[in-house]
Amino acid sequence: MQIHKYDTVIVGAGGAGMRAAIESTKRSRTAVLTKLYPTRSHTGAAQGGMAAALANVEEDNWEWHTFDTIKGGDYLVDQDAAEILAKEAIDAVLDLEKMGLPFGRTPEGKIDQRRFGGHSRNHGEAPVRRACYSGDRTGHMILQTLYQNCVKEGVEFFNEFYVLDQLVVEEDGVKKSAGVVAYELATGEIHVFQAKSVIYASGGTGKFFKVTSNAHTLTGDGQAACYRRGLPLEDMEFFQFHPTGIWRMGILLTEGARGEGGILRNKDGERFMEKYAPVMKDLASRDVVSRSIYTEIREGRGCGPEGDHVYLDLTHLPPEQLDAKLPDITEFARTYLGIEPYTDPIPIQPTAHYAMGGIPTNVEGEVLADNTTVVPGLYAAGEVACVSVHGANRLGTNSLLDINVFGRRSGIAAAEYSSKNDFLELPENPAQMVIDQVERLRNSTGTERVSAIRLELQECMDANVMVFRTEQTIKTAVDKIAELRKRYLDVSVQDKGRRFNTDLLEAIELGNLLDLAEVMATSALARKESRGGHYREDYPNRDDVNFMRHTMAYREVADDGTESIRLDYKPVVQTRYQPMERKY
Amino acid sequence: MATPTLEKADMAPEPEAGFADSPYITATFRIRRFNPEVSDEAQWQDFQIEIDPKERVLDALHKIKWETDGTLTFRRSCAHGICGSDAMRINGKNRLACKTLIKDLNPEKPITIEAIKGLTVLKDLVVDMDPFFQAYRDVMPFLITKGNEPTRERLQSPEDRERFDDTTKCILCAACTSSCPVFWNDGQYFGPAAIVNAHRFIFDSRDEGGEQRLEILNDRDGVWRCRTTFNCTDACPRGIEVTKAIQEVKRALITRRF
Repeated sequence: MQIHKYDTVIVGAGGAGMRAAIESTKRSRTAVLTKLYPTRSHTGAAQGGMAAALANVEEDNWEWHTFDTIKGGDYLVDQDAAEILAKEAIDAVLDLEKMGLPFGRTPEGKIDQRRFGGHSRNHGEAPVRRACYSGDRTGHMILQTLYQNCVKEGVEFFNEFYVLDQLVVEEDGVKKSAGVVAYELATGEIHVFQAKSVIYASGGTGKFFKVTSNAHTLTGDGQAACYRRGLPLEDMEFFQFHPTGIWRMGILLTEGARGEGGILRNKDGERFMEKYAPVMKDLASRDVVSRSIYTEIREGRGCGPEGDHVYLDLTHLPPEQLDAKLPDITEFARTYLGIEPYTDPIPIQPTAHYAMGGIPTNVEGEVLADNTTVVPGLYAAGEVACVSVHGANRLGTNSLLDINVFGRRSGIAAAEYSSKNDFLELPENPAQMVIDQVERLRNSTGTERVSAIRLELQECMDANVMVFRTEQTIKTAVDKIAELRKRYLDVSVQDKGRRFNTDLLEAIELGNLLDLAEVMATSALARKESRGGHYREDYPNRDDVNFMRHTMAYREVADDGTESIRLDYKPVVQTRYQPMERKY
Repeated sequence: MATPTLEKADMAPEPEAGFADSPYITATFRIRRFNPEVSDEAQWQDFQIEIDPKERVLDALHKIKWETDGTLTFRRSCAHGICGSDAMRINGKNRLACKTLIKDLNPEKPITIEAIKGLTVLKDLVVDMDPFFQAYRDVMPFLITKGNEPTRERLQSPEDRERFDDTTKCILCAACTSSCPVFWNDGQYFGPAAIVNAHRFIFDSRDEGGEQRLEILNDRDGVWRCRTTFNCTDACPRGIEVTKAIQEVKRALITRRF
C-alpha cells in the first residue's frame, strides 16, 4: 500500500474534473485520479452544444435561459443555482474559446449558435438559437480543449486509478473528508490519497440500463463511494431518457439534428410531435419527446415489423448541411445501421442518457451531509453531483454548461479550502474496506457471474423504471434488485491476477450499480406524482403540494447489519418563478 | 465453466430449434494473448462464439470475456468510436473494435485480433500508452497567444475555422501512430498523431506558437522521418487525412507560411 499526500484530489478526468483541475492546480498541489485516460471520458460523446445567452445571432439573455432551465426541470430546479448557471454560461463559453476551443463561427467570425430543445425566446414564445457548438462533436472539443489546457498547466494525472472508497472522519459530530482510497489497475496495488479536499467529478450511472447512450465505464463509482459512507443521494429517481438513441443500440443522435430541422415521424410518416407540443414541436423538452415517442409506439404507430421504434427524418435537409453540421451522427447511421441519412430516415428509440440526481451540493460545489450541513473538504461537480440545476429533467446543452460552470467553481472552492486547512488524520487502517472488498472478490469461489447479474439488472431497469412507471413496475424492480444484491454476494471472478484485472473491476462496478439502482427504484416508488423524467402512470399529474421537494436517500445499517434506505426530503429553492403548468 | 482452449470446436453451443432463422453465425476469434504473470511468451488463442454479424468486434470481445474467459483484457469505454480506448490490430489492420462490424471482416475465416504495434504490450490487448501521450505533450498541444485577451471571443472567419477542421477530429486512439513503419522501428519518432495535433494549432488563425511547434517538428525525430506510406490515413477511424496533414506541416517548414 502506498500513501500519497496532495492538497486537492480530483476524482475523474472528464469535463468537470479537468475544468476543476485547471483552477485547483494554479492554487494548490493537485492530483487527478481517473479510471481511464483523461481524453476517454464520456464528456467526449456529447454532441450538440453548450448553452449560453451570448445573443450572437438573435436577441437572448440569461434570464430567459434561467426560466427555460427551471421550466425544463419541471420546477424542481433550485432557482438560485439555475440563475448562476445561466449567468456564468456566457463567461464559461468565452473562457473555452480563449483556451482554444474551435467553435463553429458566424459569417462575422463570432461564435455561432443553434436551436436546441426547450430553449426559447421570452419564456416560451419560440425556439431560440442559444447552443454554441462545434459541429456535432462539441463534447469532444471541450474534452480535448480542457485536456490541452491541463497539459499547459502541468496538471498531474494518475491514469487508470479506480477510487473505491471515500475516507470520512467525524470530528465533534461533523463528517469531514480525509481523502480517498484507490486501486491501481496496472498493478493491483492499493493507494491511499490523503487530501485536504476531494472533488468528485466521476460522471453518471447510466450502465444500470441496457439501452443507454452511456459508456461501459459509467457505473456511478463516486455516488456509491459517498453513499456507502453515510452521505445522502439526491433525486436519484430522476433519470433522463434521450429521445433519439439509435434503435436497440442506444447510441446518441444529437438533439442538434432536430435543431437543424430534423423531424420525428411515425410509421404513417406523420410529424407526431405537432400533437404533443404545438409550439416547440420536435424541440420540446426531452422528457416530453420521449414520452410522445413511446405513446406512438404503444398506440400502434411505431415503425418496423415489431413497431418498436420511430424515425428521425433528415432526408429533407441538404446533404451539405448534414456534412457540415452533423457529420458524426450521420456516420454513426452509416456505420452501425447501414443507412444513408441523405435518403433514408433513421430508426430511433429513447435511450437512457443522464442522471439528474446525484451527490447533493450547494452552489460552491460543497457536498451536503443532510439538508443543510456541509461536509468540510468534500466537493462534487458534473453529472455525479446534484446542485440542483437540472431538477426533474435537464435541458439539452445544459450538461456541458454544468461541468464548466460548476467544475470551475468547485475547483476554486476546493483549492481555497485546501489553502486554509490542514490535513486530517487518516482513520486507522484507511484502506481496510477496499482491501477486504478486493480480496473477497478475488478469492470468492461463488457460482454467480458478473455479466449475468448485470444483464438481469439492466433488463429489469429497462422494463420497469424507464419512461413509464407504475407502483407495480417499480415494486417489481425493487424486488428484483434485492434478489440480485443477494446473488451478488456469491459472485466470483475468473481473473485472480493483479495486473490489469478488469474482470475484478467489473465486479466492483456491478456492486456500485446495484446499490444505486436500489436507491433509484426506492426513491421512485415513494414519489407518487409525475414530474419531468419521472412519469407515474398511476399518478399522471405533478403534485406541488406533496412533492415540490427533493428526495434525499440515506443508507442505514442496523445493529444486526441489516441495510435499508431511509428517505427524507429537502425543500426546493424558489426565487423569482412560481410553478406553472408546463406546456411546449 | 468452459476453459478456453486452442481446440476450436468444443465451445460452440448446440444449434437450437429454429436456428436457421437466427441472425447468429459461428465465428472464430484468434486473439494474441500475453500475461507476464502467467508466461513470458505471447500466444494465439482461438475462441469460437455464436454472434450476430451486425454486432461490433467489441461485442464479440465482451461476449468472450463475459461468458468464456474473464481474464481476456482490453480497454474500452464509449463503444461508438469517440473515446479512443479500443484501437487494436484486427485482421492485420489498425481499427477501433467498437467501429468494426463483424460482417465487414469475412467471418468465414478466423478473425485475428492483437495489440497495436510499436508500444509495449502490458497484457493481452493493453499497451503502454505513456510514450504516445508524451509525444503528444511534446508538440505543445494548446493555444499559444500573445498580449491581452479580448473581452469577448476572438474572431475567426468560417474559412479560417475550416482550415484546421480535419485535425480537430483526433481522438488520440493511436491507431495512426501504431500503424506507422517508421514508428515501429524508432519509438523516438513523434508519430502521426502528435503531428496531427501540432497541425491543429499551427493552422489555427488564432494561434501564435506555430514557429515554436515547427522547430520542434524540424527535429531529427520530427516530420522528416515520415515516408508517406499512408498507413496512418488508412488506419484513422475518424477519417482524418493524416498524411496530408503531415505534408502540410512539411511544406510549412519549407515555406514558413501557414
